[in-house]
Amino acid sequence: MSNIPETGRTQRVQIRLVVIQVLVFSLLLTLGGRLWYLQIRNGQEYTDEAKNNHVQQVVQPAVRGAILDARGVPLADNETRLVVSASRTELMKMKDDGVGVLTRLAGVLDMKPRDVLDKVRLCDSKTPQPCWNGSPYQPIPVTDEATTQQALQIRERAEDFPGITAEPTAVRRYAAPGKANTAQVLGYLSPVTDDELTKAQDTDSPYLRSDQVGRSGLERTYDKELRGKAGVTRYEVDNLGRVIGQAENDEAEPGASVVTSIDARVQAVAEYELNKAMETARKEMDRNTNELYKADSGAVVVMETKTGRIVSMASLPTYDPNAWVGGISGKDYAKLTGKKSNFPLLNRAIQGTAAPGSIFKVVSSTAAVNAGYPFDGNYPCPSSYSIGGQTFKNFESQGYGSISIGRALEVSCDTVYYGLAHKEWQRDGGNVPKKKANDWFYKTAHQFGLGKETGIDLPNEVPGRVPDRQWKQDFYDANKTAWCKQGKKDGTYVEMIAYEGCLEGYKMRAGDSVNYSIGQGDTLVTPIQMATIYAAISNGGTLYDPTVGKAVISGDGRTVQEIKPRAHGKLPFKGDTRDEIDEALAGVATRGSAAWRFGGWPQDKIPMHAKTGTAEVYGKQTTSWFATYTKDYSIVMTIAQGGTGSGASGPAVRNIYNALYGLDAAGKQDLSKALLPTPQKTLPKIQQDGSIESPRIKPYTPEPPAQDGTQALAAALAGAPGRRD
Amino acid sequence: MAGFSVSRYAPERSSWAKLTARDSVVRRLDWPLLGSALALSFIGSLLVWSATRGRDSLTHGDPYYFLFRHALNTGIGLALMIGTIWLGHRTLRGAVPVLYGLSVLLVLAVLTPLGATVNGAHAWIIIGGGFSLQPSEFTKITIILGMAMLLAARVDAGDQLHPDHRTVAKALGLAIVPMAVVMLMPDLGSVMVMAVIVLGVLLASGASNRWVFGLLGAGTTGAVAIWQLGLLDDYQIARFAAFANPALDPAGVGYNTNQARIAIGSGGLTGTGLFEGSQTTGQFVPEQQTDFVFTVAGEELGFLGAGLIIVLLGVVLWRACRIARETTELYGTVVAAGIIAWFAFQSFENIGMTLGIMPVAGLPLPFVSYGGSSMFAVWVAIGLLQSIRVQRPITA
Repeated sequence: MSNIPETGRTQRVQIRLVVIQVLVFSLLLTLGGRLWYLQIRNGQEYTDEAKNNHVQQVVQPAVRGAILDARGVPLADNETRLVVSASRTELMKMKDDGVGVLTRLAGVLDMKPRDVLDKVRLCDSKTPQPCWNGSPYQPIPVTDEATTQQALQIRERAEDFPGITAEPTAVRRYAAPGKANTAQVLGYLSPVTDDELTKAQDTDSPYLRSDQVGRSGLERTYDKELRGKAGVTRYEVDNLGRVIGQAENDEAEPGASVVTSIDARVQAVAEYELNKAMETARKEMDRNTNELYKADSGAVVVMETKTGRIVSMASLPTYDPNAWVGGISGKDYAKLTGKKSNFPLLNRAIQGTAAPGSIFKVVSSTAAVNAGYPFDGNYPCPSSYSIGGQTFKNFESQGYGSISIGRALEVSCDTVYYGLAHKEWQRDGGNVPKKKANDWFYKTAHQFGLGKETGIDLPNEVPGRVPDRQWKQDFYDANKTAWCKQGKKDGTYVEMIAYEGCLEGYKMRAGDSVNYSIGQGDTLVTPIQMATIYAAISNGGTLYDPTVGKAVISGDGRTVQEIKPRAHGKLPFKGDTRDEIDEALAGVATRGSAAWRFGGWPQDKIPMHAKTGTAEVYGKQTTSWFATYTKDYSIVMTIAQGGTGSGASGPAVRNIYNALYGLDAAGKQDLSKALLPTPQKTLPKIQQDGSIESPRIKPYTPEPPAQDGTQALAAALAGAPGRRD
Repeated sequence: MAGFSVSRYAPERSSWAKLTARDSVVRRLDWPLLGSALALSFIGSLLVWSATRGRDSLTHGDPYYFLFRHALNTGIGLALMIGTIWLGHRTLRGAVPVLYGLSVLLVLAVLTPLGATVNGAHAWIIIGGGFSLQPSEFTKITIILGMAMLLAARVDAGDQLHPDHRTVAKALGLAIVPMAVVMLMPDLGSVMVMAVIVLGVLLASGASNRWVFGLLGAGTTGAVAIWQLGLLDDYQIARFAAFANPALDPAGVGYNTNQARIAIGSGGLTGTGLFEGSQTTGQFVPEQQTDFVFTVAGEELGFLGAGLIIVLLGVVLWRACRIARETTELYGTVVAAGIIAWFAFQSFENIGMTLGIMPVAGLPLPFVSYGGSSMFAVWVAIGLLQSIRVQRPITA
């Protein structure tokens, strides 16, 4: 009997059964193949995705550390504000996606419902600001300016406001203690950008979406220290966001405090005096232009000579850094950065440049000595100096006969430097320069740290410029085309300059060299560079990196990391040159161009050294410079379009010294009134609980103006020679 | 010989001897088939347990609730299988008209207020006491049995070589009635399975090629027509297409497919281990103990475990194919072919949708998914297959 009975299946059925079987097994093979593809070939991709799926992070932002002055007075700290936040996860559970709750909330907060709804929507490519670009699991702040009353309403009617919280939260505050605003030094914060987020992703200090980042000043330089570490709690959650797994908890570490060398009291004095000096200058007539001085910007730096630490640094015009807190408004932003703003965000102490004028002569004097001209030699000081038909006049056209370099410094005799610079220019080959020119005057400027950043711990310092041969060539290459296009032999002044530039702009001409030797022309320096140089002269020649930060104290107060003074160079003094220059600069204060500003100064107790400068700026009024130092401090002040150095800045600088040393206008010292007779060496006291002791301070009360009157009278009596810069 | 069990011809023996005799039912059972089905049910109970032990809203706080229920369902299924074998598929043949009528009444009952909606499909009858019934599962069996009865009757009687057109038309009519009702529920997944069953049955019955290709053509034309005439809304098309591109419907079906794919993909070769899958523990995959149970295997048991399920299903289907080929009468062949079409397509669709190669449809994975009706139906089908094997004559 065969397997297939007569009544059994036909060939057709048999074949179809085979077809069915083949179909069935190809389906199963398909499944197997696909399974392999998903699990083995692409497995990693899905493993990663699963990880993201079920871990949610809740972030507790760290409290940003404070910025303190040298004695612990907070310059920037945090204040508690009532922040009203909305939890998206809660709102989305509601039938109307929380629209009702948010509308009610808007009513309580006196805001438009639309604004509140916009603030809590999530950002994506199609959603314009305002929108929330942080994690949807994070409470979204609706306002940080809620009143206690509003917060109470929200809390008492919790059932009306599910998902809404009103919590006190730390918000940045720039307290301006004793009216020391210190704006540009402190800097400001603004929210982190997408770019920064991605860049910092894999570093050891990644940003959070909600982070504020220091944008300038100390806030930027010490951002990493101040920021601290946000606490992150990682929850394993299920599909509804319910917590199912172990929570990993990284506690938030509050940011470290940065103790600065700024003394808020001295800072207040410096700011006040700078402002007053500029106001005074604006009342004075400029004899060159027959207009009042504009005095549109200025800066002052007070530096410790033996460490490079900055005791105060002020820049005008200034602004209120609190404008940035909680997001800057469009109007405020325009006020700070617009074309008509005069750029108050600039820290002119490190970002403002001008030709140095006569305060550069300490460089030229050193250069001359190093080039082989004895300090005590005799050099002619005529009223003018001629080079090939061109006459270079002495300031106010006075001659002093034959004098030493020291005396030339004291009386600020330009012609002595003209002569020395011209001789050197000729020795270097003149119009046909030698291959290996000595260029003593330029080399020395570089050795003094000019044309290079000082390395201060503030961002965006500018290097200034030493107009040496290399610069000339580079500048010519960059501008040749424009000059040749614009230049006319007999055109306007600008056209003639351009014509000359086109012909031989790459050449170091005799005129360039002599002009350079007295700090005029193309040289650019910053106040911080000059303060560093004058501090170095005071301390024996060490160029310290200026520092504002003095120590970083961890949030718990346990670790203190001091920022030690660092030097970046030595002034190239040979033999007694430093002492000789030091003596000459003391002479400037006692019998030279600044003497009329230091009447009654106790020179025997606190030897004062000074140099005045007036830089010519084409098309503008002169920039005034005043560089001074004592044993412990160096103060440099500059006022753009402010007139002469001693004239504009003299009283202001003296008043700052008076405040530091506790002197009255007559020069009598009262140590009980002295703010800082010697530099602050110790750090503020850290208390048991880790907080830092902060003394109360009183605002600066300037000496009565009558004193200024007598000083001015004394100056008037001293006569014109005193006004030599 | 129709209507008789072979064993009834055997001389009287002790019950043990009866069971172990060379020609006994027990000896003649297809053990690989039974073993694979049991293994699948066992794996299923673990997966269902893992998927549900944290879902308090379903388990009412008893993590073993679904484990126990799944085991109970399997037990009842086994009993149903034994009952089916004991009765024999030929005896059942006489009862087919009654069973068919009952099943049609049951699916109709779903449309009355007795019916309940679960997951958008109005396909359940709530019995009470936590039990519910999905009549469409049993309808699959009665369609197979009914069609086989009609198609094989005259062939097995020796009157025809192949079923004639009239018979085929009648058989189709018999299938279309319950299918139309299920379509109304709407339970499209079950309708799809039934359509494939009809196709498998027709193929195995030896019906003329014209019927087979005619039906395939009609189905394709119908689908194209629905598409072209714009009878579907955009979102329906998106929902259908979401299996291939979850981004089309990320909040709806796309979410399911996406989460399912993440669960399976993250399993790797050996999986995270039972109860250790984050997708499963986190309940990211909806309906994970029923329609998406395969994702638990994928995530927690990995390629080896999930692959084992496919292999076991393969063994079941392979044995079923053997049974279909080796039986001597067309009735048995057609019944077996219907079961093969059912198991194969339903498994492919179920696993395929979790792997993102088939659109999402609410169909359980035979033996593995949680669900009483489905479990009972597939075990009855195993009983039928065993009965066909047991009752085939021993070749001389």
